[in-house]
Amino acid sequence: MNKPDIIPEPMPADYATDQEVRWCPGCGDFAVLNQMRKVLASIKAKRENTVFISGIGCASRFPYYLDTYGLHGIHGRAPAIATGLKRMRPELDVWVVTGDGDGLSIGVGHLVHALRRNVNVKILLFNNRVYGLTKGQFSPTSFPGQISRSTPFGSVLEPLNALTTAIAANASFVARAVDTQADTLSEVLHRAAAHKGSVFVEIYQNCHVFNDGVFEYAKDKKTRADHVVELADGQPMVFGANRDKGLRQKGFGLEVVSLGDGVTEGDLVVHDEQAAEPTLAHLLAAMRHPEMPEAIGVLRAVERPTQNELMGKGDAPMKTQEEADRDLETLLKGKDSWVVE
Amino acid sequence: MNDAPSNNTKAMTRVTHKPVAERRAVVVRFCGDSGDGMQVAGAQLTYTSALAGNDIATFPDFPAEIRAPRGTLAGVSGFQIQFAADEVLTPGDEVDALVAMNPAALKTNVSWLKPGATVIVDDDAFDDRGLRHAGYDANPLEDGSLEGFDVLRAPVTSLTKEAVAETGLGRKDAERCRNFFALGLVYWLFGRDMQPTLDSIEAKFGEAEGGAVAAGARKALNAGWSYGETTEALERSYIVPAAKLPPGRYRNLTGNEALVLGLIAAARLSNKTVFYAAYPITPASDILHHLARQRAQGVRTFQAEDEIASVTACIGAAFGGAMAVTGSSGPGIALKAEALGLAVMLELPMIVIDVQRGGPSTGLPTKPEQTDLLLAMFGRSGEAPMPVLAPAGPGDCFDTMIEAWRIATRLMTPVMVLSDAFTANGAEPWRVPELSELERIPVTHPETPPEDGPFKPYSRDEMLARPWAVPGTPGLEHRIGGLEKKDGTGNISYDPANHQHMTDTRARKVENAQALIPDLEVFGPETGDVLVLGWGGTFGACREAVQIARTEGLSVAHAQLRHLNPFPKNMRDILGNYRHVLVPELNSGQLSAVIRARLEVPARSLSKVQGRPFTVHEILTRIRELCAGETTA
Repeated sequence: MNKPDIIPEPMPADYATDQEVRWCPGCGDFAVLNQMRKVLASIKAKRENTVFISGIGCASRFPYYLDTYGLHGIHGRAPAIATGLKRMRPELDVWVVTGDGDGLSIGVGHLVHALRRNVNVKILLFNNRVYGLTKGQFSPTSFPGQISRSTPFGSVLEPLNALTTAIAANASFVARAVDTQADTLSEVLHRAAAHKGSVFVEIYQNCHVFNDGVFEYAKDKKTRADHVVELADGQPMVFGANRDKGLRQKGFGLEVVSLGDGVTEGDLVVHDEQAAEPTLAHLLAAMRHPEMPEAIGVLRAVERPTQNELMGKGDAPMKTQEEADRDLETLLKGKDSWVVE
Repeated sequence: MNDAPSNNTKAMTRVTHKPVAERRAVVVRFCGDSGDGMQVAGAQLTYTSALAGNDIATFPDFPAEIRAPRGTLAGVSGFQIQFAADEVLTPGDEVDALVAMNPAALKTNVSWLKPGATVIVDDDAFDDRGLRHAGYDANPLEDGSLEGFDVLRAPVTSLTKEAVAETGLGRKDAERCRNFFALGLVYWLFGRDMQPTLDSIEAKFGEAEGGAVAAGARKALNAGWSYGETTEALERSYIVPAAKLPPGRYRNLTGNEALVLGLIAAARLSNKTVFYAAYPITPASDILHHLARQRAQGVRTFQAEDEIASVTACIGAAFGGAMAVTGSSGPGIALKAEALGLAVMLELPMIVIDVQRGGPSTGLPTKPEQTDLLLAMFGRSGEAPMPVLAPAGPGDCFDTMIEAWRIATRLMTPVMVLSDAFTANGAEPWRVPELSELERIPVTHPETPPEDGPFKPYSRDEMLARPWAVPGTPGLEHRIGGLEKKDGTGNISYDPANHQHMTDTRARKVENAQALIPDLEVFGPETGDVLVLGWGGTFGACREAVQIARTEGLSVAHAQLRHLNPFPKNMRDILGNYRHVLVPELNSGQLSAVIRARLEVPARSLSKVQGRPFTVHEILTRIRELCAGETTA
């Protein structure tokens, strides 16, 4: 305020509120929050034009900790709230923060419709494969065998795959990141912010109270290289600590092969984020530990018209007060009116 | 009398050569299969009657099935209209002229006939098959069961086919013109000008099938009229003189159409854009249909994936500063309940329309009821009060929308509006207001942070309303949510005293709507034996019953309650001026229960839950009983 001529570079701290962050110490959410603040600063996000919308769950406390506009909604409905806001205020940057219970159980109906409509909002789904805020029930992404308070003998049901669900809804941007992997998370969030259309990012997030270590294979520095494949557009899909493994097409699916013995990078599948058909993205999304390495990074990034581009075509142009009043009078009068003297 | 855009082809004002008798009021009911075009015929008669200067009220009465099996009782669709030379308040208890397109239609509607009524049937449809479908053992046209009525056995189907033969329409399309034949016959019977309908046919069918459909409809209409003129079975026709409506420009509106115009007007008056989000549901869907056509007026509609998405999208739009509106019927309102609690907690303005239908559950989807009053008032978790309004008829839906938006924005609260299937689908002449008659709705958004500290999203003005700061405004960034919050800052608070304070504040804020709404008005004596207190779509039946009772010398008055929460300031005083307060409701006594609880007035319920509106007679009977016998409550 003292030096109005100099606009200081925004700092991550500028996006923090004065509210005490109330996640359990050590929660993966802290890492995501810190990364989000850094990304906002990095892209010089205008605080007044940024809105975070959430539902219910641990992840959904997110908006309280970012000094932007925010709306902490009800369970599962954040994508619908964001859809209404974005329809009326297209110029705002709208982010949705949700979890595996909020987004894939009670709110999955809204999630898929926001994605199919290509509403220009960025949806971040923190997946910890458990209900945290309600203290430890299995979630729609829990694996068979998971012991939880509501599955004391182990969950028996197949989980819902967040990314194949998003791809089935024809999401135009689909990515996965890991809470503590700062580099990929940062890159994915930067790309998410820049994407025009619906963004869906699954973030593996450790709940060390109710489901500790569930993503250790993808987090542990020593083992992760063998268990995830970091995607790079236009590049063959190589992975492994020694970069000696890759993904090759087999029938309608993918298989892991070792490089050498006549197998070269030229035999591997080359990543194509922009493929119009989401077949490859689906195959990558469906890869599941431990049988396959899991895909990290951007699986799909295609351009297609957004909700506002499609629906906004019919929006009335701005009118002057007189024009608008006159139009209303014509409307009220209708075509079939008569006058009583 | 009228300057309606008329005709390119100045065809014919056909004049009858038979005697004409005068009537002050006539009730006509069309009934036939769901696919027989009875609603179209009814709407046309409504329009031409209004143009003729009559006052009117209508009651479309149709089944939930789009096409029930042909000729069955379940598939009968009806449209009733009363047109009169005097003020009309209801579609009428009993029918003067019934048009029955098949035996099932006759069977399901014969009980509505006035003694001596004219019954026009399609004689061709009363064959063995038709009678069997309707469950008749003997032909009612021949077994004497219609004695006392003036029955006209018109071969509607065969005469229609004959009339449209030269248009080249196929058999099915030709038969679809039967409704226009019946309409033409009714036009003859009541001296209606056919030109407006001929124009409508042109506008609606135009060049369909090379103009054959329009030609068929025209020919059938004319043939129906000619049949009336030539058949010896009809000795005379009737004329209902024009009513003395207050001067002005008029048009016909259904309740749902009036809601739509009211919403668009409210948006204009407040310089806002309408965002209407809804999920298809009978009988509210027409609001979505009509609004979807009004893009040029700035309206944006959103057909959501479900009821919950529609109301939560409204919350997002309202947060963004739009005029957010959602509409549904009981089952959908039940689904919206949690989100409406959030809207109360967020203290954002929006309008929620409940076009009530028969319940519970899927209930009677096309039939009127008033069974959602307690749902509207209390049907949310926790204590989540909101103002509740109910329009007194189709035309009043317009004013109710404007008033609802005025209250919503002044108090920063969702407002519930209770319409019903009867009000939504019924039509009446509506005087078109001049824009200058409508008061602007001032809505402001803070644009700069306060000078004395950070912006407080839950600071309050003298009405306890909080500021409507919208995203995009620098310096006013804030977070709101469903968790209890500290008054002023809006920060999450679990403090017991603060929760008490906020609960009280939310309730007091809604009570403050009393300062924005008019006093309860009484029609009739200021004190007396009985006050009939109605709400919503029962207006006409209540008012007419009271009018008749007063001509009988009974000490009775009528008040229409448009504001169900909060009640008008003077309500307790008014109610105390009568020995009995009679509350007719299409539910099991919901308003009377609230009156007893809140005002400690021993209101008496007149309850009906049959999926049908009250008849005037039902209310009148109860008034007479109360005036005659019972002395204390």
